[in-house]
Amino acid sequence: MILDRTITLALRFYVALVLLLVFAPILTSFVYSFDANRYAAIPWGGFSTKWYAAAFADPDVAKGFRNTVIVALSSSTIATVIGFATAYTDYRYRFFGKNLYLALALLPPTIPVIILGLAMLVFLAQVGLSGELYTVVFCHVVYCIPFAMALIRLRLSQMDPDLEAAAWNLGAGQWRTLREVILPFTFPAILSALFLTMAVSFDEYAIAWFVSGFNETLPVRILVLLQREVSPKVNAIGSIVFMISMTLVMLAQIALMVRKPRRQAG
Amino acid sequence: MPVWQILFFVAAMAFLVVMSFWSVKSFRLTPDFTFANWIKMYGAGYFQDTYLRTVLYASLAAAVSSAIAFPCAFGLAFRVSPNVRRLIVFMLMTPYFTSYLVRSYSWKIVLTENGVLNTLFGWIGLGPFDMTSNLFATMVGYLTLILPIVILLQYFSLVNVDRNLIEAAHNLRCGRLRTVFVIIVPAAKIGIILAATFAFILSFGDFVSPSFLGGSKPPTLSILMVDSVKSGSQWPRAAVVALTMVFTLLVVAFAALTLAYGSGKRGR
Repeated sequence: MILDRTITLALRFYVALVLLLVFAPILTSFVYSFDANRYAAIPWGGFSTKWYAAAFADPDVAKGFRNTVIVALSSSTIATVIGFATAYTDYRYRFFGKNLYLALALLPPTIPVIILGLAMLVFLAQVGLSGELYTVVFCHVVYCIPFAMALIRLRLSQMDPDLEAAAWNLGAGQWRTLREVILPFTFPAILSALFLTMAVSFDEYAIAWFVSGFNETLPVRILVLLQREVSPKVNAIGSIVFMISMTLVMLAQIALMVRKPRRQAG
Repeated sequence: MPVWQILFFVAAMAFLVVMSFWSVKSFRLTPDFTFANWIKMYGAGYFQDTYLRTVLYASLAAAVSSAIAFPCAFGLAFRVSPNVRRLIVFMLMTPYFTSYLVRSYSWKIVLTENGVLNTLFGWIGLGPFDMTSNLFATMVGYLTLILPIVILLQYFSLVNVDRNLIEAAHNLRCGRLRTVFVIIVPAAKIGIILAATFAFILSFGDFVSPSFLGGSKPPTLSILMVDSVKSGSQWPRAAVVALTMVFTLLVVAFAALTLAYGSGKRGR
């Protein structure tokens, strides 16, 4: 029994340690973004917000931020709509070549992002679409669809398959059923997919790096900064980016949780 | 959906194949059908070395992350209350979607010569250790990328291990450690293999850790690829590297799937 307790404690301690390891970089970035010293060291150089000021004053960062917001908002919306359509098609119909259809929908994130970036750059340059902001949107949608599709598909598989049939029996047409039965039921997943794909697009650096040309997004800006200099400004920008994407991911997870009790109750 | 994916994904990948047979004449891409790029790359000693190195790095990353993750996933699955468990799973999902770029950069602050960790070592009279621009730093970077996912995948298969099996093993006087290795690991085999495969795939294609933490020297395939695109217009050669990577990953993924699901055919 004592041995058992010890093992439990040791394992719990280990879990905590690993969590610390996972979150160490995020914490470090936060701590040193407020450090007055230029080079991060252990006697902290005192509290300062000058790196934030420097980050906000940098016109390239501001432009990158604006671009990122535009790209994240548009690609998450498009990806969620397409993801919903894909998930619903998979849920509702059987057809020839369905496996291929699903592979197409789910494959992109398994290919390293830099390869996707290269392929898209090479292809889009050839058809004359590269280097614009909408190019980044197109490519991010490809990368985001699978996440949206998976989330919504999961939610659909929790639905009672008789609900749809019941709605038809009560005289609701295909569209009305979709609008009044399917959409409300999958709404939490749709919301969640929207937030999650927004976070994915918001942080995506590799594809954007290849295809964005002069329309840098914020992660690309960070990448360029990292290649050039070691500046605590990166910590400040990074901390802001962390805050935004963590908020988005949490919203995505909360959106999925909120409705659950009601479903079990009713 | 299919239209979009075919237009921007399949077409792009297919074009990459076509591109690998094109040639570059006086810095301009010219449509062509030549094996020159393939022969040039595969014949080059540095390419072969880099290929081997990348495979080794990724395998090492997969092994290290699996080993670090297992006790954690195990503890989560068997020794933590359900509420805490849900919270931790929630916490582990977050980093996957938050800027990996900045996270790996932060390690640099921790690991550099006058960084946080060396100062701490200094207090207890050790170091300073050289912890950047080497394999160690690259591995730390890879772990930043893959550890949460490996833990989660292992965890999901461990929680689904039939508790009766474990109980039965205990009743039959199977020792604690022996139960873990004889009963639990084989029962959670699929998740463990998938986790290691994911770790391999992600670190194989990663560009950030080997270049910013590892210092690009010696390079990995991804660095080689990015360099041939960004410095100079050697797109066809980059395409050769990229296709080699894709092909390798396909082979690894299939091998892993056969290993995970193939023998025994036990369904789920």
